[in-house]
Amino acid sequence: MKKNVLLLFALAATLVLGACSNDDDNTPTEVNEEEVITTATLILTPQGGGQAVTLQTRDVDGDGPGAPVVTVSGDLMANTTYTGAIVFLNETEDPAENITLEVAEEDDEHQVFYIPSGSLNVTVTYLDADGDGNPLGLAITVDTGDASTGTLNVVLRHEPNKPNDGTLGDAGGETDIEVTFDVTIQ
Amino acid sequence: MTRVLMALGICLWSSLLLAQDCNLTLSGSIIDSHENTALEGAVINFIGESKIAYTDLDGRFEVDALCPAVYTIEIQHPLCNTMRLEINLTQDTDQTIYMEHHLEALNEVLITGQSYKTQSETLLNNTVGLQEIELYSSGSLGDVLNTLSGVSSLNTGNTVVKPMINGLHSSRVTIINNGVRLQDQEWGAEHAPNIDVNSAGSLTVLKGASTLQYSGNAIGGVIIAEPRRVLLKDTLYGKTILSGGTNGRGGSITSELFKGYENGWYASLQGTAKRFGDFEAPDYVLSNTGVEEGDFSLRLGKNNIKSGFEFYASYFQTKIGILRASHLGGASDQVAAINGMEPLIIRDFTYDIDVPRQEVTHITGRLNYFNRFEGLGKLNLQYDVQYNQRFEFDVRRGSDADRAALDLELTTHNFVGSIESKISSDLNLNYGINLSYQDNFADPSTGVRRLIPDYEQYTAAAFAIADYRLNDRLLMEAGLRFDYTFMDVFKFYRTTFWEERGYDEEFEDLIVEDLGTQILTNPQLEFNNWAATAGFNYEIDQFTRLYFNYSLASRAPNPSELFSEGLHHSASRIEWGDLRFGSEVANRISVTLDRSSEFWSFTIAPFVNWIDDFILIEPTRVLQTIRGNFQVWEYRQTPAFLTGVDIDAQVKITDILSTTAQFSLVKGYDQRRDLPLINMPPASINNGLQLTLPNFYSFQTRLESQYVFRQNEFPDNNFTVFVPATQTQELVDVSTPPDAYHLWNWDASASFRLNDRSDLNIGFQITNILNENYRNYLNRLRYYADDLGRNFRINLKINY
Repeated sequence: MKKNVLLLFALAATLVLGACSNDDDNTPTEVNEEEVITTATLILTPQGGGQAVTLQTRDVDGDGPGAPVVTVSGDLMANTTYTGAIVFLNETEDPAENITLEVAEEDDEHQVFYIPSGSLNVTVTYLDADGDGNPLGLAITVDTGDASTGTLNVVLRHEPNKPNDGTLGDAGGETDIEVTFDVTIQ
Repeated sequence: MTRVLMALGICLWSSLLLAQDCNLTLSGSIIDSHENTALEGAVINFIGESKIAYTDLDGRFEVDALCPAVYTIEIQHPLCNTMRLEINLTQDTDQTIYMEHHLEALNEVLITGQSYKTQSETLLNNTVGLQEIELYSSGSLGDVLNTLSGVSSLNTGNTVVKPMINGLHSSRVTIINNGVRLQDQEWGAEHAPNIDVNSAGSLTVLKGASTLQYSGNAIGGVIIAEPRRVLLKDTLYGKTILSGGTNGRGGSITSELFKGYENGWYASLQGTAKRFGDFEAPDYVLSNTGVEEGDFSLRLGKNNIKSGFEFYASYFQTKIGILRASHLGGASDQVAAINGMEPLIIRDFTYDIDVPRQEVTHITGRLNYFNRFEGLGKLNLQYDVQYNQRFEFDVRRGSDADRAALDLELTTHNFVGSIESKISSDLNLNYGINLSYQDNFADPSTGVRRLIPDYEQYTAAAFAIADYRLNDRLLMEAGLRFDYTFMDVFKFYRTTFWEERGYDEEFEDLIVEDLGTQILTNPQLEFNNWAATAGFNYEIDQFTRLYFNYSLASRAPNPSELFSEGLHHSASRIEWGDLRFGSEVANRISVTLDRSSEFWSFTIAPFVNWIDDFILIEPTRVLQTIRGNFQVWEYRQTPAFLTGVDIDAQVKITDILSTTAQFSLVKGYDQRRDLPLINMPPASINNGLQLTLPNFYSFQTRLESQYVFRQNEFPDNNFTVFVPATQTQELVDVSTPPDAYHLWNWDASASFRLNDRSDLNIGFQITNILNENYRNYLNRLRYYADDLGRNFRINLKINY
């Protein structure tokens, strides 16, 4: 019996030690967030020519402690129609991945919302739609009214209810981008 | 007249015979063949004679005035199999008789070497028996344990049920399944223990850290799942339970087969399959809350009483849907979800389990061996290995949609060697060592930064536990354990996080490689942890017993407390751990007064628990990200104090009617900030009225009322956030506990004999009879949806 005990002990020890020595020095590989959106850029180009305005939010560390950098390149002109196009990038990858393509591909699962504050004289109209005819929001027109200041909120929702009444509350879904731009119309 | 004379003659003759020859004495000792101890109170019955003897404290008996003849004697003892033997008496004889333990008691001693007595002598063992477990055949471990006072659960929906003992859970509760300490990434609040409840024959909860042979860090307590007894005889039996419920429109089937041989060989095979679709609240479908599970286990062994071995293997696999409406973006989504009366996503009922979901596989193998050596005691050797694979699937975009967002492989090898010796008839000693190695591998192919880093962990521990019987009424117990832990970790930090925390100055030497936006580090952490226990159990009188237990437990921080650094989707918050943490140390004192008499019984168990460097997580600020605002929750260490009481009472009104009552209360405070601790279970009262008709198909029925108070003590973690949809600052109320609720449940069961060998038990149960809308403070999804509505369940059990 004693022999058996020793044998069993030895077996167990081998298994344990075997597992321990199985320790290779390979350091783990880095993971870059593949689906995070670090940058959203909305370029508003006046129809009939003029200076385009770029509104951008950029957060290269994703949900790390760094805050997003929000920039607006200039003021909008009063009583002008702008054509808008928004681009989403993942800049943690090199070269940066264009997430806009994925959004366009899954157009029925996405929608970009543009919500001006009450004081800002603008009207936003969707130019594009998904396969079911519901608005998507990668391409828009922005009609400015008289000079005013306020904010423009841009929100990208994943899996919202579609169709919806155009409000975020009715749309639901998950927020992929949420940014508030300070806008001046002069 | 002649008849009378004849009778008289016979009498005379026999009395003459008695007077002349019947002066022999049979004496002896009755000994427990396993423990080699004297058996007190055994009955020695001479078949066909009017002679009876009882053994004394030393197991001795003596019968005199016996004739030279062949006697058949029967020996009975409450713990043993009744035995008969023939004795040919020709002269005064002193004989030692060895008795085999009763089948049930036997297994406790033999199977894994974890008898009652090594669980705890000085803490009341709160046990759930097989009958109660079978009632929850289609449920989870947490559901069953919830029936005990002082045990609640931290839930994520209704399928991820994590047991909580007196307000503590996760890494603070040790779970031992069939002698193996479960290692399944238990740190996560939404990780349920990977145990098939049907594989357990009994479940024991110890509210305190006194099972030092398994662990020294059970600050909250210990849960022990033990398999069914092994019968040392030629036998073949089994059971099958079919269970079906209307809520979730599913059910489970579990089957078990046992084969035993007189020579000690035995084998058992057990398997379970379970499937439910979306569960339902009273007013709506809880979309994507289905569950699937498939498990089996195998035991094979030989038990010679003196020595034995067992091989055990189990496979557990589950797929659990997480409420779709609980997966959120930033704080403005949270406002909408919390303020909405109904979940934001309600779909038609389906059995399909979509994202978010968890898929977990847990495989356990165990080999153990024991041998009793004269003079040394019982030697136990055990090697076990566990493999845990956890996938978590999130709501993802594009080509990533079918890819897991979390993919962890945790492998643990464990070895325990111990000796249980009987130093004297009053003193028992159990001492040994415990070595383990653990490897966690986080698969980088998820395309999501690792939640838990790759690490290797080595632990070495030594323990000793002694119990000493001072006299008939007083038993004392003391134990000591030391654990050494070494962790070798490879962790990628975001550069911004690394600098923000000041790690760049303090831990510069840990850097292996600077990759620009991320830094690869190699923290090597060491922890030394002591644990101790001391207590007594005193029999005040025949009905009353007092337990006193002090335990010191210390726990090294777990990987999530040390290394968390990112977004937690199901909680919609960012969680940050701290590399600087040391161990938390708990001092717990509990007293239990247990009284049971024929008509009424009660247990009252107050406790206090002082925890130094208690690790808690709390919100510290709101972080702006491109996805909106998120609340940041940071781990912090603080002195904490917990206290509470559990009360159980039972009154037998008549022979067939009885009533039970349970009350539990826990209070917990962060002493540095003088604030209540989060997620402390609210006080609750359970009352039951039970009717039992043993002679009428073992019929029994029970009506239960369950009242859960509102938790009035909670830390205020609310915050405000700007919501673009309404252009306003909104309060995000993540703190306010839901209202009190009252549920009614009813069940009934009866047994029918099918033939000689088998019987059928039919059970019927309704939970939440009134279809009450309620939310449970300890359900992490309470912000988004109501808890379960009414459920009709039927259980069919066949024993064969």
